[in-house]
Amino acid sequence: MLHTLLLSLSLAVFWLLNSGHNTGLILSLGAASIAFVVYVAHRMDVVDHESQPVHLTLKLPGYYVWLIKEIILANLQVVKHIWLGSKSISPSFVTITTSQKTEIGKIIYANSITLTPGTVSVDLDGDKILVHALLRESAEDLEAGEMDRRVTELED
Amino acid sequence: MIDSLMQVGSSLFLLIGSFLLLSGGVGILRFPDFYSRMHAVGVTETFATSMIIIGLIMHNPDLLVDVKLLLILLMTLFISPTAGHALANAAMHADMARPKNIKSDDEVTSSNS
Amino acid sequence: MLIVATITILVVMIMAVTRAVLGPTLYDRVLAVNMFGTKTVLMISLLGFVMGRPEFLDIAIVYALINFISVIGVLRYSDHFILKRSGEQKK
Repeated sequence: MLHTLLLSLSLAVFWLLNSGHNTGLILSLGAASIAFVVYVAHRMDVVDHESQPVHLTLKLPGYYVWLIKEIILANLQVVKHIWLGSKSISPSFVTITTSQKTEIGKIIYANSITLTPGTVSVDLDGDKILVHALLRESAEDLEAGEMDRRVTELED
Repeated sequence: MIDSLMQVGSSLFLLIGSFLLLSGGVGILRFPDFYSRMHAVGVTETFATSMIIIGLIMHNPDLLVDVKLLLILLMTLFISPTAGHALANAAMHADMARPKNIKSDDEVTSSNS
Repeated sequence: MLIVATITILVVMIMAVTRAVLGPTLYDRVLAVNMFGTKTVLMISLLGFVMGRPEFLDIAIVYALINFISVIGVLRYSDHFILKRSGEQKK
């Protein structure tokens, strides 16, 4: 029930911000489309704690700040190696073991890996993630496990 | 005063964004194999897009337009890892399907022809 | 500066098309087309400001979503195709 309410609320905010009109007709059309989307989402069975991780709301901003810092650093490194040329890169596959217990934790971890340039998560199998890394250093950073630890901290 | 400062900041962000975009474009042409090229595209989709959008937000005082720009940025940031992972995953499974291209888990340097 | 950024994006789009033409694999092409699509989103938003018509942003939002769906669609198709082919090889 909480998730249904939150979904309707966020859809309403999305509609209002995108339309910017306040006439009765437009607003009722908006209400109708929100009702339809919520109905379809229920039929697809996607209204739960996985599509709307409310329990993470308080901890996520801190993680985001750290992730943005990591993304900027990784970007600068990749840009440097783009201009240095393909002699300077060392692409390789590494397998990384995750310590998250829940599905959503693993997905946050895998998506964070992909969002950081220089590393892409290729395959997820149980608690192993196959990662392609552009540089040795970025693979070693992942194996050191700081991101893994931070995502696991989000969970509990 | 504040206004012209915002314009200078906007120009700066747009310039950084353009440089990063260009780097990504050079990377996609220069890197030798498919997975490396993915990293070059990753640069343009995270940092460069953020810089361009932030530059546009600073350029524009209208709140409703700013919110839309922010929505575009958020969408790009949510969509790009999903599409990237799907692409890498499909490429890997395709390589698996072709017997001559099976490779060890640790070292890939040859191009995925 | 808006003009400079727009021209840079055009150049980058030409680079992406070059990669899409060069290949060599299907996935290189999909990657290049995906990049072309995300750059189009940026260019539409920039052009909206260059021409003084911020309404273009709505088009950019729709384009971002369509681009995502098209990439997933192409990958689904190729995945299915490859699985079917490898199944035939096993027989």
